[in-house]
Amino acid sequence: MKKSMFAIPALLTTGLIALAGCNQVTPGNSSIGSVSGTTSSPTSVATSTEGKVLNIECWNNEFQGRFETFYPDYVKTVTDGTTSYDLLRDGTKVYFKITANDNNGYQNKLDADLKAQDSAAADDKVDMFLIEADYATKYTATDYTLDVKGDIGLSDDDVSQMYQYTKDIVTYNNKLKAVSWQATPGLFAYRRDLAKTVLGFDDPTKVQAALSDWTKFNSVAATAKTKSVFMLSGYDDAYRVYSNNMSGKWVNSSKVVTLDPQIKAWIKATKSYTDSGYNDKTTLWDTQWQANQGPSGHKVLGFFYSTWGINFTLAGNSDPNKLGNTGNVATSLYGDYAVCQGPASWYWGGSWLCAAKGTDNKGLINKIMYTMTCSQAVANGITRITQDYTNNQTAMNAIAADTTYGSAFLGGQNHIALFKESAAKINMSNAGAYDQGCNEKMQNAMKDYFAGTSTYAEAISNFESQLTSTYNGLTFDGTFDAAL
Amino acid sequence: MDRLSQRKQGSHIHYGKWAYIFLVPFILAFFLFQFIPLFQTLYYSFFTYYDDMLSPTVGPTWSGLDNFKYIFTSSTLRPISFLGLSFGSVKFPDFWYYLINTILIWLIGFIPQILISLQLAIWFTDIKLNLKFQKIWKTVIYMPNLIMAAAFGMLFLMIFARNGPVMATLVDWKWLTNPIDVGNTQIGTRLIIAFLDFLMWFGNTTILLMAGVMGIDNSIFESALLDGASSRTIFHKITMPLLKPIFIYVVITSMIGGIQLFDVAQIFTQQTGGPSASSYTLMMWLYNLISNKENYGEAGALSFVMFVITAVLSVTVYKIIHPRINPAKDEALSRKKRIREYKDSPFTQAELANKTSLSENGVK
Repeated sequence: MKKSMFAIPALLTTGLIALAGCNQVTPGNSSIGSVSGTTSSPTSVATSTEGKVLNIECWNNEFQGRFETFYPDYVKTVTDGTTSYDLLRDGTKVYFKITANDNNGYQNKLDADLKAQDSAAADDKVDMFLIEADYATKYTATDYTLDVKGDIGLSDDDVSQMYQYTKDIVTYNNKLKAVSWQATPGLFAYRRDLAKTVLGFDDPTKVQAALSDWTKFNSVAATAKTKSVFMLSGYDDAYRVYSNNMSGKWVNSSKVVTLDPQIKAWIKATKSYTDSGYNDKTTLWDTQWQANQGPSGHKVLGFFYSTWGINFTLAGNSDPNKLGNTGNVATSLYGDYAVCQGPASWYWGGSWLCAAKGTDNKGLINKIMYTMTCSQAVANGITRITQDYTNNQTAMNAIAADTTYGSAFLGGQNHIALFKESAAKINMSNAGAYDQGCNEKMQNAMKDYFAGTSTYAEAISNFESQLTSTYNGLTFDGTFDAAL
Repeated sequence: MDRLSQRKQGSHIHYGKWAYIFLVPFILAFFLFQFIPLFQTLYYSFFTYYDDMLSPTVGPTWSGLDNFKYIFTSSTLRPISFLGLSFGSVKFPDFWYYLINTILIWLIGFIPQILISLQLAIWFTDIKLNLKFQKIWKTVIYMPNLIMAAAFGMLFLMIFARNGPVMATLVDWKWLTNPIDVGNTQIGTRLIIAFLDFLMWFGNTTILLMAGVMGIDNSIFESALLDGASSRTIFHKITMPLLKPIFIYVVITSMIGGIQLFDVAQIFTQQTGGPSASSYTLMMWLYNLISNKENYGEAGALSFVMFVITAVLSVTVYKIIHPRINPAKDEALSRKKRIREYKDSPFTQAELANKTSLSENGVK
């Protein structure tokens, strides 16, 4: 009578996640391309027999938003019945196939499509796909990703401006397998009005001095509690600050899972915060967490984010009624947020573009990759409009030095200057192929421990059993049996 | 002459074969798409056979009962509590834990569902009551079934969120001082999932039971009313016994659906299974084994075990409420019973003592 519908829950979750992360990139009012620099055209791989359909697989619409705003050949989005595609000037149709990340949904779909690449029709083949830091190495270490220089034709000069770590992480056997348009230094976005209440000042330099390590951060949390302000919104907010500073990979080459001391530090810190009432007990991405970033939620001093989150999530949530900067925190928090480094140096995520093996659009991919990730003019534009930290050192240095640049959303702050140093120092060498599952299941399992419905041992045991239901052939070492 | 005797006389009018011809498409489809895959699944459950991310497929290599061993022996530390009594941390086997979750959620939803549906079916078909606006009622109670379970799950997730309307209303009415996170409580998650199940299916059950009641000949009801039977007597002695075939059908199909509970739980708990995996159903486990782990051997073992459980439970339920549908046998048995009752009654005993009227009535 009732049949299990695998596809429908996945599709619906996709829809909701896509809606939750809806961004409103409004093009054109800031100056694009006003920075002088090399705007040479890409060294293209000329193919006259390219396909007329480009399929790009991704997990949300962030790249689609950037593409539609900044790619010069983009004409318009056409809705054709139930599907929609972006039309380019030469008539090529670009389809964005979005599958949400939850419960490894995106990776499962991508793996299935890549394995079926040889037998798929030319117009159905995956041409490009996006990968993120949590599973980048899984794809770049295989033949499913093409060599960006050898096969697609980008030159050393084209990628010379990228931050080195964005190239190192996706280089395999001395071949560069993917390119990214962003660097993702971690930051702490705080509300100026609440900072004034709790600390007495809101200047980013002074706030940073007050939050520069975990001891100071925790003491500010205690002060905030006395003023009825939550320091953090929920359990998972500080997760990446710890997990992206791990000293080793989650899963080593013999498929043994290790519980890093940094993860245990996160568990202890969050349990202490929850018991002391310093956080609002929300889960990342849930409705209360999103509401707390805006005028109608509870008072939360700040959120740990990376630069991609500012425009993609925080800006929309801070001003759900799209009133702009009203100057009144009861109606809109647009302009009330500022950013500082926070208690530790960290990074969060990052998205890379890959070319899929078997694609018939190498020339177009070359052009897209060049424009979105190598072009200094586009990098400058993306940062000025979306506040994202782009992967072009010349452009970022220029904006950092520009005293007239200030982000309207951040109340006039030049946050690029703040991250120039830390972006160059990001170390992603411990990213692995199992990160997405491990991170997601760890946060899910520990939620019970923080909420008080499980003991630590039960939560860890739950993590192990969930992970065993997700990946094949894993074993757990002694770090999982030790007490907290 | 009726058709049956026509056939017996060798007439060329054969209507029986059309029944078989109309059945053939279903039999074919069932055989190809359900029966054969069932045996294939069972076959592969004895092999190590999985896809590990982008590596080439591992197997199938013979592994005997290893997959079944994994299904039954993998266990996790759980906080076990029953009706308020806490038993602390117990290393509970996952399979039984998830089975108990599934059955519990199904029962919590099904018992109110069958009671309310039965009551509604009686009310809608009662000739004395003659309810008005029946068509509207029937449409309204059936409507939740039309909504996709996943959509319903999403809707309730938003309604019962901490900053959602339900919590806001309860705080407004001063029933709560602070909004609570129902998704964080075992009892709250299970109740809501069971309630969603109930909401989606009680309309369907009511319509089916109504069809069953309307299949009972109206003259039986009328004669019962003429004899002065009360509604309760009619329900117990006439409606329920004659409704048994439909009732069994409803219970068994609902139970099969309940064991396969997936979409509502998956969406409402956002694929996590709720606090301490207390709403993690067997089907959710199967989904993870197939979609994420891509381990066809283990998933095959689990699905075969679920098939066996479903079959065993269905047969058990059937036997428990199985009506005797052989009227001749029924008549013979009840005649024997009537004779026994007649012989044992005090009047008969008295007459036997007198040995007068019995032989006149022809009783040996």
